[in-house]
Amino acid sequence: MSKSIIRLDNIKRNFQVGEETVHALRGVSFNINEGEFVTIMGTSGSGKSTLLNLLGCLDTPTEGEYYLDDIAVSTMDKNERSTLRNRKIGFVFQSYNLLAKTTALENVELPLLYNPTISTKERREKAEKALEAVGLSDRLHHKSNQMSGGQMQRVAIARALVNDPVLILADEATGNLDTRTAYEIMVLFQELYKKGRTIIFVTHNPELASFTSRNIVLRDGKVVKDTINEHIESAKNMLDNLPKQDD
Amino acid sequence: MNIGNLIKISLRALSNNKLRAFLTMLGIIIGVASVITMLAIGQGSKESIRSQISEMGSNMIMIQPGADMKGGVRQSSDNMQTLKLKDFNDICSNTTYISKCSPSVASSGQFIFGANNYPSSISGVNADYMDIRKLTIEDGTIFNEQQIASAAKVCIVGKTVIKNLFPNGEEPIGKVIRFNKIPFTIIGTLKAKGYNSMGMDQDDIVLAPYTTVQKRVLAITYIQGIFASAISEDATTNATTEIKALLRSNHKLKDTADDDFNVRSQQELSTMLTSTTDMMTILLACIAGISLLVGGIGIMNIMYVSVKERTREIGLRMSIGAKGRDILSQFLIEAVLISFTGGIIGVILGIVSSFMVKLLFSWPISIQTYSVFLSFLVCTITGVFFGWYPAKNASELDPIEALRYE
Repeated sequence: MSKSIIRLDNIKRNFQVGEETVHALRGVSFNINEGEFVTIMGTSGSGKSTLLNLLGCLDTPTEGEYYLDDIAVSTMDKNERSTLRNRKIGFVFQSYNLLAKTTALENVELPLLYNPTISTKERREKAEKALEAVGLSDRLHHKSNQMSGGQMQRVAIARALVNDPVLILADEATGNLDTRTAYEIMVLFQELYKKGRTIIFVTHNPELASFTSRNIVLRDGKVVKDTINEHIESAKNMLDNLPKQDD
Repeated sequence: MNIGNLIKISLRALSNNKLRAFLTMLGIIIGVASVITMLAIGQGSKESIRSQISEMGSNMIMIQPGADMKGGVRQSSDNMQTLKLKDFNDICSNTTYISKCSPSVASSGQFIFGANNYPSSISGVNADYMDIRKLTIEDGTIFNEQQIASAAKVCIVGKTVIKNLFPNGEEPIGKVIRFNKIPFTIIGTLKAKGYNSMGMDQDDIVLAPYTTVQKRVLAITYIQGIFASAISEDATTNATTEIKALLRSNHKLKDTADDDFNVRSQQELSTMLTSTTDMMTILLACIAGISLLVGGIGIMNIMYVSVKERTREIGLRMSIGAKGRDILSQFLIEAVLISFTGGIIGVILGIVSSFMVKLLFSWPISIQTYSVFLSFLVCTITGVFFGWYPAKNASELDPIEALRYE
């Protein structure tokens, strides 16, 4: 049996809104093993964003324990969680969140800047390697405003890969892209999955579930469905079957 | 995260907004430059007054009779007879802080040479007077001890008197001029000194042995004043105290009695005259300081806008592992870089504009090292102070909220 990367143990998360207590998560438990490609789905209000924030160590649960790579997160303070995020997690956001007027290389180097154990030379090498892995080795010095949406998302993925994280957390990573580019990005994620990366893809788009190895559905703060996908659809085939564009 | 990386990140952010960074800097530049220039102008005029006063004499102390009452009527110091030659002799020999001293008696009147005449005054002094008042002989000699003892009718004349009595440029030495019908032989001429800061012509002067003026011109036995020179500038105060004590005991004054003389030092005079410029300097520096403060507020304003504008960036940095203090340092360094660079440019501009003032208006300027350091220090502190609040705000953002910020 492969190693468990994520262990959620009856996670509850309450928010105080005025007088009222909102129960965003009402006891969520699941494990994710190394090398899984999981979609977490749910409509808005299902607690999906809250779960994403918890998984990304941006937030801590009100109750229950979360183990990331066997480290208990809920008792950590802000700074410890920052370091943990820096070493263990790679984020990919819907709106890319690249630094403006900054080259692809510098954007990718960013997480390593916050890791004092890495030298300038190492940083440069790792960033170049990560950009190569997303197929952008010819665009190292392009600035973020000179790139297309797909390219920017690739840079963002490279940035998520650069610290060699145990977990890649993608938040609607294809949400801002057109169909073709979305498939291209999905192809990239599938390649990473094949290389053994653990990926969590949070989305409200049910179509994407067919591309991943496991599908968790949330509703009203609880897991209502958790299925293993035996027949993973190849995003590459979908891409090839798309009607050719005229331009 | 190390400081090198932080500076790199901050520089990067600033270079993305060059114009804005420059405009923010401008406040600091103007502030620092004006502080330096104002202080340079203020200090320059103060020093020029100082140097003019010190031209009047070296560590000079002036002793005049004073505060004499006759039947309840306060007397003019010229008519007072409280200072005697004995006082002068005691000051010369029985003091430790006095290096030179000269008695002073003067009379004004008309000098006549041939068909020319000129109104001036004749001062009776001794040879020490030359050093006390920083006078130099151009031609000829100063009167000697023997001439003083014999009350010789000799004199030394200043340039203005020469010009008026010898308009055709004759050689004055050896000529006999008449003052109140008394013939004086010119034995020396003085080097020109020009006008002093109070507008007095320092070349309108005739010096004669004090004995001559006392006996032959005024026919008095007292003296009208004593000029002395302290051994050093620092010794002036001690010398003044010493003289006062000596004169009180000489004049047998009771402890309760007022002094019957006045002792004024050049230092006092200089302090008195520079107090106005000091005030003006402080005023100018305050105004310039306010502009520095306004510049600081400009930094705060821009940093605050910058934090708001880059909320998402802050959220991203935090999500990929930046700690609160990394964000704090980044924005603080940005603010300090702005003020620091502004400070350097301001210092250069301040020095340049000081010299421009000197060149264009020929005002005396004196750039103070302390003002350069002070304004530089103040502007860096301003940067930290005004950068702190926005930076603190940035570092306390919640990454979840920040990432969602539109």
